[in-house]
Amino acid sequence: MFDIIVIGAGVIGSLIARKLSSYKCNVLVLDKENDVGNGTSMANSAIVHSGYDPVPGTNKAKFNVLGNKMFPKMCEQLDVSLGKIGSLTIAVNDEQISTLKELAQRAKINGVEVKLLTKEEVIAIEPNITSEVKGALLAPSAMIVNPFTLTLHALENAVDNGVNVCFNEMVKDIKYVDNHFEIQTEKNIYQSRFIINCAGVYADQIHALIEDIDYEINPRKGQYFLLDHFKPGFVRHVLFPLPSEKGKGVLVSPTTSGNYIVGPSSEFTSSKDDVSTDAETLKSVRQQASNLVKNIPFNQTIRVFAGLRPTPSTHDFIIDFAKTNKQFINVSGIESPGLASSPAIAEYVVDNLLQSVFTLVKKDDYNPIVRKRINPKTLSIDERNALIKENNAYGKIICNCEKVTLGELLDELNRSVPPRTIKSIKKRLRMGFGKCQGGFCHPNLIKLLASYYHVDMQDILYDGENTNICCFKK
Amino acid sequence: MIEKDLVILGGGAAGLSAAIEAHNLGIKDILLLEKNNYLGGILNQCIHNGFGLHEFKEELTGPEFMSRLAQKVVELNIPYRLESNILSLTKDKIVTYSNDSEGVVQIKAKSVIVTCGSLERGAGAINLAGDRPVGIYTAGEAQLLLNSFGYLVGKKVFILGSGDIGLIMARRMSLEGAKVVGVAEINPYSAGLNRNIVQCLNDFDIPLYLSTTVKKCIGKHRLEKIVLAKVDNCFNIIEGSEFEVDIDCLLLSVGLLPNVALLNNLGLNFSSSKGPLVNQDYETECDGVFVSGNGLHIHDLVDYVALESREAARGVKKYLDNKLLNKGHKIIVKPGKGILYAVPNYIFIDEADDQITFKFRVNKPYKDIDILFKIGDTVIRKIHKNAIIPSEMEVIKIEKNKFVDCFDELTIEIKE
Repeated sequence: MFDIIVIGAGVIGSLIARKLSSYKCNVLVLDKENDVGNGTSMANSAIVHSGYDPVPGTNKAKFNVLGNKMFPKMCEQLDVSLGKIGSLTIAVNDEQISTLKELAQRAKINGVEVKLLTKEEVIAIEPNITSEVKGALLAPSAMIVNPFTLTLHALENAVDNGVNVCFNEMVKDIKYVDNHFEIQTEKNIYQSRFIINCAGVYADQIHALIEDIDYEINPRKGQYFLLDHFKPGFVRHVLFPLPSEKGKGVLVSPTTSGNYIVGPSSEFTSSKDDVSTDAETLKSVRQQASNLVKNIPFNQTIRVFAGLRPTPSTHDFIIDFAKTNKQFINVSGIESPGLASSPAIAEYVVDNLLQSVFTLVKKDDYNPIVRKRINPKTLSIDERNALIKENNAYGKIICNCEKVTLGELLDELNRSVPPRTIKSIKKRLRMGFGKCQGGFCHPNLIKLLASYYHVDMQDILYDGENTNICCFKK
Repeated sequence: MIEKDLVILGGGAAGLSAAIEAHNLGIKDILLLEKNNYLGGILNQCIHNGFGLHEFKEELTGPEFMSRLAQKVVELNIPYRLESNILSLTKDKIVTYSNDSEGVVQIKAKSVIVTCGSLERGAGAINLAGDRPVGIYTAGEAQLLLNSFGYLVGKKVFILGSGDIGLIMARRMSLEGAKVVGVAEINPYSAGLNRNIVQCLNDFDIPLYLSTTVKKCIGKHRLEKIVLAKVDNCFNIIEGSEFEVDIDCLLLSVGLLPNVALLNNLGLNFSSSKGPLVNQDYETECDGVFVSGNGLHIHDLVDYVALESREAARGVKKYLDNKLLNKGHKIIVKPGKGILYAVPNYIFIDEADDQITFKFRVNKPYKDIDILFKIGDTVIRKIHKNAIIPSEMEVIKIEKNKFVDCFDELTIEIKE
């Protein structure tokens, strides 16, 4: 019997698990996927919003502003790179300038520092901005982060502090018997006193297993372009158009790895696993981005992709007990600004909601700091050679585009949330994230993994079931 | 810091050919760096024949072609290092590489030849739409997995793009028991060599759909089908022309791009070939840094890569002998009407050899045209062509004495 089962190993579930791991309790995280952060947490804009934009008084406004402030310390502890680059919301006509002023008022109510910039000031700091620019709202506290790394490191830290994780476990049914839950997956039955539902786009379906619900989580698709790291400083801030009822609009931003991201679109889709892209929408994203930034080199595109926002029909984050059962907590509808809100949500869920019904005692030996990863690219040549002398695997490059070393791969394979698939390695180490998109490095990686796990190359999967790249042995 | 007269970055056909020629010209202080644990690069996975007709006057397979070069390098005792990945190249020609025996090493080179080959354009580059299941590969990755590792990536295959690797893979996968359902080409003409269309498609009854592209990929975990559609002259999809094909594998053969990653820190300008600008001796705008082979522009045949790389090595010899100073009368080579790109991009005529070699491609197929080399309004060379296609690189040599002093621009153009 577990004290708490967290359903979903996205950024919310992982940060809640980490928070729980600081207390003396028996926790299990379940996820239907084969890896941490395989849904919304992996495919989003990767922005830690400042919080000026959500309607004052909403959960979105409250948690965004609180969460944003928690990022620097959290990322320090979790060894996650954070780009404190600020955001600019760009106005291109006089009407939009007056909207910017309204947004500045809203920022004040939300407690977010902003500054109105003139056209000249914007051009001075963003040389590639559209020549239509009339002014901008600068939010210095907006940041960029790698959302997958954050999710992975949070869960790894949780596991290192005693949390259990089971992947490939899709929850099929939940029964409430004798004051506890029985969670039935395809393979097992798990028992727990409490459930925290962090199932992303599926959270309504999970909630509906225990009581009638009167809302929906609708998947709202966002399509993106990811450009290569062709030139540092092409854009220097997160650049937004003015927000509309459809969201924050198509943004152009650098990523923490020096790439550029352009997107997202915003369209509801009927399927909770539809991450397909389509030519017309991509064309429209391209057009909208070109209204914001001049001469975006779309020929540098290395990937187009789509992610799903879990958009609640209630229009605000749902962070509360189930109506009929205080042992079941929903943390759902965490669409944008969900990433920015995630640490504040995790703290609130554990320290306020759960603590009000279950006494948690702090662990004496909780370590909030994740074991640091070595990134040879950030070392001087002398430091790098000292490292290679100690472990020569750090001298062997296994991905030519991103210059990933064998040492980094072996380190990941020996961590507490190890990768088992090609995609999970790509997410951790960027192998296949470069210009060759894996064409050169993936075949060798498959061979390496096959020999590491003592299996045939046919048994190495790209992602889920039936996704082996090597299909037929000759 | 270790110093070398010449460092060659990449041990494929280009790098090996350059190394042998440089050695023969008397440059002995050479180091060739190769990232894989074998020499020869991509040739190792090109197990089909058709190589060597120009270089060795006989028809060889890729591994045979490369082993002749590699054996020569070994015979001549040209120093090389395997499993050595180049981390960077600077303007001062400092080469930094890494391997697991020496660690990170820096070399100060007097000259460098960059022979890093090319990259295949992939799904992202063409904004391939739809689901993202397993089963979509570049033709080269499928070739590597089949020929070097022994695994077939699918049994019911469609190929997007009629580039040569795609055509070769159509034949190769057919021979291995896969059904190749068809090849689609977005242009109204094939992108591959004629001999490959005949030997790889026609001989295997594989249909080639021209002016056709993949509109959408469908499949949750594995590819299940694709939606093909006809396109108009501007490559816009013609509504209503869509048709579906059930397959488990889509290979992309939609073009190669010079791999210029190592040139990014040199502040170079790039040509419409997507490679760096070079002078008549394949030297880039960065003093003493030369580029040849597919890393400069994409070649039809490895024989031409070898030839060009020897020419680059001769350029290095001139450079080391202080006979290549980029001084004197400079002529800019401009690709004019109908010309996709031309190499070289500029010529220092006083330092050029007696004959200057021009390589170029046309932007689409033409029939019955003249190719004009013009200095100002003066045509210094006119060549008639009954037919000319983009997939075949043209090579024209012009004597140095044809270039008149007072002009500084040469235009290559077609006249219909």
